[in-house]
Amino acid sequence: MKLRLSFWKFVFLALMAVGFYSTMVRFTQGLGRSTNLNDQFPWGIWIGFDVLCGVMLAAGGFTLTAAVHILNIKRLRPIVRPTILTAFLGYVLVCIALMYDLGRPYRIWHPLVMRNPHSVMFEVAYCVMLYTTVLGLEFSPIVLERFNLEKPLKIVRAALIPLVILGVILSTLHQSSLGTLYLIMPEKLHPFWYSPLLPVFFFISAIAVGLAMTIFESSMSSKHFGRQLELPILQELGRVLVVVLCVYGILRFEDLLHRGVLKLALQPGYEMYLFWLEILLSVLAPLLLLSQKNIRTNAHGLYLAAVLVVLGFITNRLNVSITGQESAAGMRYIPRWTEIAVTGSIIAAGFALFGLATKYLPIFPAEERSVAANEVMETAPVFDHVGD
Amino acid sequence: MSKALLYDATVCIGCKQCEAACATQNKLPYDEIAAAEQTQSEHKYTVVLTKGDKFMRRLCMNCADPACASVCPVGALRKTAEGPVIYEETRCMGCRYCMVACPFGVPKYEWSKLLPRVQKCTMCADRVKNGTPTACAEICPTGATKFGERDELMAEAQERIRSNPGQYVNHIYGVGEVGGTSVLLLSSLPFEEFGYRIDLTRDPLPLYTYRVLSRIPDFVPLGGVMLGGIWWITHRREEVAAGESGHLTKKEARQK
Repeated sequence: MKLRLSFWKFVFLALMAVGFYSTMVRFTQGLGRSTNLNDQFPWGIWIGFDVLCGVMLAAGGFTLTAAVHILNIKRLRPIVRPTILTAFLGYVLVCIALMYDLGRPYRIWHPLVMRNPHSVMFEVAYCVMLYTTVLGLEFSPIVLERFNLEKPLKIVRAALIPLVILGVILSTLHQSSLGTLYLIMPEKLHPFWYSPLLPVFFFISAIAVGLAMTIFESSMSSKHFGRQLELPILQELGRVLVVVLCVYGILRFEDLLHRGVLKLALQPGYEMYLFWLEILLSVLAPLLLLSQKNIRTNAHGLYLAAVLVVLGFITNRLNVSITGQESAAGMRYIPRWTEIAVTGSIIAAGFALFGLATKYLPIFPAEERSVAANEVMETAPVFDHVGD
Repeated sequence: MSKALLYDATVCIGCKQCEAACATQNKLPYDEIAAAEQTQSEHKYTVVLTKGDKFMRRLCMNCADPACASVCPVGALRKTAEGPVIYEETRCMGCRYCMVACPFGVPKYEWSKLLPRVQKCTMCADRVKNGTPTACAEICPTGATKFGERDELMAEAQERIRSNPGQYVNHIYGVGEVGGTSVLLLSSLPFEEFGYRIDLTRDPLPLYTYRVLSRIPDFVPLGGVMLGGIWWITHRREEVAAGESGHLTKKEARQK
């Protein structure tokens, strides 16, 4: 355990060092020297991964707060805090990543005063900014509790429900709007991905990823911090995930069918392989796994399915933002190592901050902190009957 | 009273004086190396493409309803009443959504600079505003690039196709593409051979995003009331259950 911890520390420091060097290159020599972007391909992984995937991976925040505070599903309460923490960190990191990609990052505030309500980007900018604030407020009780600040705590608690409602609305808007961004380019995006339903797909997949990320985080926390969620909660999330994935999968294929694109899915080619990789990871494989009762009710099985869903929808976002654009651009985009290094160090920072927060703030519920992860895993079969 | 440019490739002699005049007008470097370049770039707003003895110009089409202007979150790109699509550098934050959105791949970026700008032909907006033709139209020795009212130029283009059967492709590029453009093209070779897409939609592209975006103001109060309503029902159910068992007050039930 000690060796492993120092190994991860080493990886973290290495990533941060390489990321620091790349940051220097980016901000002293410009985008041309630090990226493989050009006039044919102006958006790379800093948009495709850092922004699109970053926002998607943080979707657990609104999914869970809606389930617990609006739908009043109390069983899920223990996981609200870790999920809000992830979402808050996620959005802060997205904002930082955006500073790398903008040609003139010091003008990031311009949309606040120079408004263009016809621009999807303008709407996304406003929603992300407001939602990051909402997440900060939703997260604040954890910090306030830690320092016993009763008065501000009372104010935030009183405003909780309106805040949650606002957060769900803002999330619905910008999660779907990240898909709307691509509606302006019917001529450029490959028909596998260009659909009038893009905003709907982005929204539904955000919910699926929100659920999957919650399962994933729980397992990660158990491995590295000795804390995890009760199996019945994970099982419940797994069942909801099955339904969401089914809805998404059916809608996706109906859409391909009605647009007459389904026949393209059988013609071998670059786009076709990546399309099937995405569908396999995001829908087919997880549904196949979760249709087995012994996998659906087992912590390891759920973890595996969740990882597949997350990877699958990351593939989806990269397909929309990169793969699907390449034939129209007439080139293949492969990120420069500095682009990957910046992204890598941002992810590493996310993991490190999550670890620090769980260590010093009351993130996981008190009663569970005493339960070692292994015990929960071993007692798993006892909960089997709760699984259906 | 929207102005436009009509470029007739059959009249063009490929002298590239339009390229040079454009560079002078926009204070861009222009020499033999730049003249030989066959692509639009951040230092070359317009280019005369050569294919055998045929020519074709590329420049910003200055769309009637431009995708670039609609997507710009800060309104740095704007369609003027006179026709040109202009760029206000001081607003731009460099998100490059205009480049991604443009169906013609026109906006270019100063990738090598630390504080880059978007670069594109703005149809000599300052000159056009004062009623002067664009630099490229003014210099053109054969009248291949002609400046005028869009309606009149469109009628003239139709007339040229009609009175010279077999000389032109029967298509005025820019009349219908993405809802119409302020640059109209005539050619004897198919437009695709010069990289112009002929499969572009006839709809103005901003329509595709705006029909989703315009729903948002309606969605916000609706979503708020719906979520608030669900919250009220799910929590009220609990209060009623608690009230029936008679042990808890409203407040206690809510806290539970």
